[in-house]
Amino acid sequence: MSAAAEARLAEARRADLTPMLEVEEVARYFDVSRPLLQRLMAREGRRILRAVDGISFAIPKGTTLSLVGESGCGKSTVARLAVGLYPTTRGRVLFDGQDLARARADSAQRSRMQMIFQDPYASLNPRWRVADIIAEPIRAFGLAPSRVQEAARVAELLTQVGLSPLDGAKFPHEFSGGQRQRISIARALSSNPEFLVCDEPTSALDVSVQAQILNLMKKLQARLGLTFLFISHNLAVVRQVSDRIGVMYLGKLVELAPAETLFTTPRHPYTRALMEAIPDLGMTGRVRTPVGGEVPSPISPPSGCAFHPRCPLANDRCRAEAPVMRAAGDAQVACHAVDEGRG
Amino acid sequence: MSLLDVKNLRVEFPTRRGTLVALDDVSFSIAPGEILGVVGESGAGKSMTGAAIIGLLEPPGRIAGGEIRLDGKRIDNLPYEEMRRIRGRQIGAIFQDPLTTLNPLYTIGRQLAETMTTHLPIGPGEARERAIGWLELVGIPAARERIDSYPHEFSGGMRQRVVIALALCAEPRLIVADEPTTALDVSIQAQVIALLKSLAREKGTAMMLVTHDMGVIAETADRVAVMYAGRIVEIGPVREVVKHANHPYAQGLMGSIPPLDRRVDRLQQIDGAMPRLSAIPPGCAYNPRCPQAFDRCRVQRPELMPAGATDAACWLHAP
Ligand SMILES: Nc1ncnc2c1ncn2[C@@H]1O[C@H](COP(=O)(O)OP(=O)(O)OP(=O)(O)O)[C@@H](O)[C@H]1O
Ligand SMILES: Nc1ncnc2c1ncn2[C@@H]1O[C@H](COP(=O)(O)OP(=O)(O)O)[C@@H](O)[C@H]1O
Ligand code: SF4
Ligand code: SF4
Ligand SMILES: [Mg+2]
Ligand SMILES: [Mg+2]
Repeated sequence: MSAAAEARLAEARRADLTPMLEVEEVARYFDVSRPLLQRLMAREGRRILRAVDGISFAIPKGTTLSLVGESGCGKSTVARLAVGLYPTTRGRVLFDGQDLARARADSAQRSRMQMIFQDPYASLNPRWRVADIIAEPIRAFGLAPSRVQEAARVAELLTQVGLSPLDGAKFPHEFSGGQRQRISIARALSSNPEFLVCDEPTSALDVSVQAQILNLMKKLQARLGLTFLFISHNLAVVRQVSDRIGVMYLGKLVELAPAETLFTTPRHPYTRALMEAIPDLGMTGRVRTPVGGEVPSPISPPSGCAFHPRCPLANDRCRAEAPVMRAAGDAQVACHAVDEGRG
Repeated sequence: MSLLDVKNLRVEFPTRRGTLVALDDVSFSIAPGEILGVVGESGAGKSMTGAAIIGLLEPPGRIAGGEIRLDGKRIDNLPYEEMRRIRGRQIGAIFQDPLTTLNPLYTIGRQLAETMTTHLPIGPGEARERAIGWLELVGIPAARERIDSYPHEFSGGMRQRVVIALALCAEPRLIVADEPTTALDVSIQAQVIALLKSLAREKGTAMMLVTHDMGVIAETADRVAVMYAGRIVEIGPVREVVKHANHPYAQGLMGSIPPLDRRVDRLQQIDGAMPRLSAIPPGCAYNPRCPQAFDRCRVQRPELMPAGATDAACWLHAP
């Protein structure tokens, strides 16, 4: 694609006001019961794990929404729901205004979304050459009329992610972690997607390679008008890439805010605790305050607000009644204390 | 007097296509109560250095030169059994993957208690009480109720904390910790870091702490060693290395940390990649990526030399 064509495409993508993704009251439960016989013997019921329990958000085209939260809070499950790798237990997901399940049945629609996973070692087939790995979506969606055009597209993608077209002949094990993540990105871009879901794309990498990958993603977004759902537990990384940020706790969104607002005025007690717990690179001698207590089990979440056993502001209402998301400034927050003005 | 002394350590991997040098002339020491942070790109040789110290290099890897001393006594050439005893009692090791350290068939409590009765002059009753204490120290809630659980009944983060308790419970004088907190959430991470620091301060435990997380280093370490392509390229006090690195690679590494307090359009990055062991360039191994490389860098290898408040292996600091 020529630079002018790219710019026109990016502009058109950003001008479209239908959100790329709308998630409405979505839940995803997993049945983690023991086998029936064991359950009968132990006289226990079914165990339902509520990995995601009723969350809503929308991502405007050309922007990045990030999700943060402690491990096990449901981020990856949302990522999989967002590209239809899991069906929802409840609620619905709209992709460019269209029901996601219906969109996925149509290969032209399906080619518009791709996912990049955390582990650059596990997500590439070790027996395939890099060129075949990258070309796979091109073949699956029938996007190149001839082998020659396919090869040209693979070479273009390799160049775009900062590798050499000659690297196509190599196997994944010949590359470092960061280079493998570049290959994953080239593969994800090969079907010309508009929407990319990136689940911890740099968490397995060291800081210098992380910087390369984050710069690459930002460059591609600016050039191609891509929309990202970005998942990370590293708040400094999230600050660099996000337009808006959602904070998750035990399967729910507790705060959703423009990136700068979240960092300058975090409102939910859990968001504030997360910020406090970040290691201090400035070496100001600040003492880190860990978020006290354990992450509770998503199988038997605490009553009322799930954060109440760890929250310094919890009161009786918090133990009885689950807070819902309400506007607070340009953010949305689910917390009684914020609601009552005692936050 | 330092507790650990590593001198001119060289580790080789014989392969069919020739010998790879994974560590080349690595020297450093750690004093009692001191925490040395070790950072660098993946593949730089951080884990390899730790494995050589605890005598657990994976074959065919072998120490091909140099020496390692604990309290003045050489430990790099000991018979396996003797080294195994030192590993339990004098050196505690924490690996990133907790499943390799824990025995799935024994309860957490039994594994902790046995480690203590093997290495400390205490009986089973006392060991069990101490085991509960250690579990509490690493932040396992309701430790008394959970001490008889098996490893699979704990979450990944909890298992990692049990591994940390296991490494600490025999009260070793040196701890080699390889990415001990990477799998933990920030909240638990803060707790574990605080524990490691208090051990160093109060019990004089020396520590080698390998991690990608520069925030953890800044908060925990007294000194930092930066590794690149099997060598230490800079070593010095933590504040100096993090804020005023003298080696161009260390500067690039510190510069690529995303800032937490603001958004930048483009993160500083080091272009290119670290060379493979089979293709380390002559002269300074960093020269193909170094923005300041000059002729000498391409032919002559720099050794660590005084540079500001640190030591750096870089010709820019040649006297
Ligand atoms: N069994 C082996 N055979 C040959 N080379 C090896 C072997 N194991 C490790 N190496 C090489 O030794 C070097 C140092 O590896 P090491 O595992 O110490 O890196 P590291 O700095 O700990 O990286 P990471 O951050 O990814 O853990 C690397 O170049 C690696 O490829
Ligand atoms: N396929 C599955 N079956 C059962 N439980 C699952 C499955 N996938 C995820 N979970 C559980 O759902 C919760 C959220 O998981 P995940 O979204 O992967 O968390 P995160 O990415 O935030 O670490 C966790 O408790 C996890 O164990
Ligand atoms: S609702 Fe109550 S318990 Fe929950 S975060 Fe707000 S103050 Fe804390
Ligand atoms: S020795 Fe030369 S190439 Fe190496 S880091 Fe110093 S200036 Fe750069
Ligand atoms: Mg995940
Ligand atoms: Mg390692």
